[in-house]
Order: sequence, then structure tokens, then C-alpha cells
Amino acid sequence: MAGASRPNNRPISPHLSVWRWHATMASSIFHRLTGMALYGAAIGLAFWLMAAAAGPEMYEPLMDVLMSPLGQVALYLVVAAIAYHLANGIRHLVFDTGAGLNPSDADLTAWFAILFAIATPIGLWALLTFGGA
Amino acid sequence: MSEPMRTALGRVRHHGAAGEGTGHFIAQRWTSIALAILAPWFVVNAALTIGGPSYSAVIDFLTDPVNAVGVVLLVAVSFYHMTLGMQEIIADYISKPLGKIALLLLNAFVPFVIAAGAVFAVLLVNFGV
Repeated sequence: MAGASRPNNRPISPHLSVWRWHATMASSIFHRLTGMALYGAAIGLAFWLMAAAAGPEMYEPLMDVLMSPLGQVALYLVVAAIAYHLANGIRHLVFDTGAGLNPSDADLTAWFAILFAIATPIGLWALLTFGGA
Repeated sequence: MSEPMRTALGRVRHHGAAGEGTGHFIAQRWTSIALAILAPWFVVNAALTIGGPSYSAVIDFLTDPVNAVGVVLLVAVSFYHMTLGMQEIIADYISKPLGKIALLLLNAFVPFVIAAGAVFAVLLVNFGV
């Protein structure tokens, strides 16, 4: 606006391109991203069930895709997304009670959710590779 | 619901809050609590008992009654939960009315159809020819 001047030192809304990333902001964005990814994964689960019902001639080609390196990476990322959305979802349920909202708690639990998402697929892979029968 | 805060014109145009936000909020949360149990159960159980590409392994898994009921519940609750979440994302990011309404309708219908197909697939594995 011509002639209009902005008062200095007033808070303005965050411009994402110049905003320093911090754990709580990342946790919020990751929650949406993993939510959208899991939308696709759930549709994949549905098609997996339909392929199983359709018989081996439908199921085996799907398994070939899932057992390929790209398919294994996708499954690994889906497990990470589920782990993240689970941990951060529980974090939000705790937030709903009014607890854990101060910056240090929110930061700590955000980091926990991120680390949980990294650790869970590694743990599941280790369990499948080295564990049990 | 009484609407003391809404002008007569706003009422005529059907603008303002839809008055359904609380239901959405509560549904988002009870489904998340259910999924906090169902999703880890499925991932660990399916990974450990199927654990490979064999067709007979997936049929054995899905014909176990507990697994069949669990998978049907997982599909029903997760598809409801993800529809609620995507509805929120569309409302947040898509501002053009036509695109918004089209996406909201797709989000309401498509997952419903796919979930019906998935539940039918589990029934077919258990009771089919």
C-alpha cells in the first residue's frame, strides 16, 4: 500500500522460507505428510487384500513388486510413517488434555516421535532377520 | 442450536460455521485411539506370521478368525480416520470452491468404495468358493 508504513517489531506470520526449522514445527509438518502418505498406504493395504482374494495369479505379481528393492524401501518407509504418526498422534492426544504443551516438553516429545520413527523399522527389520523361529 | 451471533443475511446464505466441528474432532480422536492398537498389532503380526511372498501364508493369516476381524476393523477405522484427516487438509489448503468441493466429494466416496472392496476381499478369502 502506497504511503502506508509498517510499525517496527510487530510479530508477523511465519514465512516458511526464512523460518529456522525446529523440532515442534517439523513434528507438525511430518504429521500431515505421514498422514497423507498413509492414506496411500491404506489404499495399498486394501488392494493387497483384494489381490489375496483374487488368487495367486494376482497376488504373486504384487509380491514381486513388494519384494523388489524399491518395494522393500517403500514398505520400510510405510513402517516409519506408521511409527511416526502413531507416536506423534499419542503426543497430540496428550496435548488435548492440556499436558506437555510448554516448549521444552513439546520439543522433547517431538524429538522422541522422530527418533521412534527412525528406530521402529530398523527394530522390525532386526526382529524379522535375526529374531525368533 | 440457537444462533445469536449470526446475522439474518448470513443465515440466509448458509454461511458461517457448519456446527459439526465437534463431531469431527471427537471422531478423529476415537479412531486414533483405536488405530493406536490396531495398526501396531497388524504391522507386527502380519510381518511375523506372513513374513514373505508366499500365497499360502497370506491365506493362512487371513483365515485365522482373530486376524480376519482385526483386519476388517483396521480397514474400517483407518479409512474413516484418513477421510477425516484428508477433509481437514483439503479445507486448509484448497481455496477455490469448485476444486475444494470436488476433492471433498472424492475424499468422501473413493475411500468408502475401496474399503468396501477390502472388507469383501477378507470375507471372500474366508467364505468364498
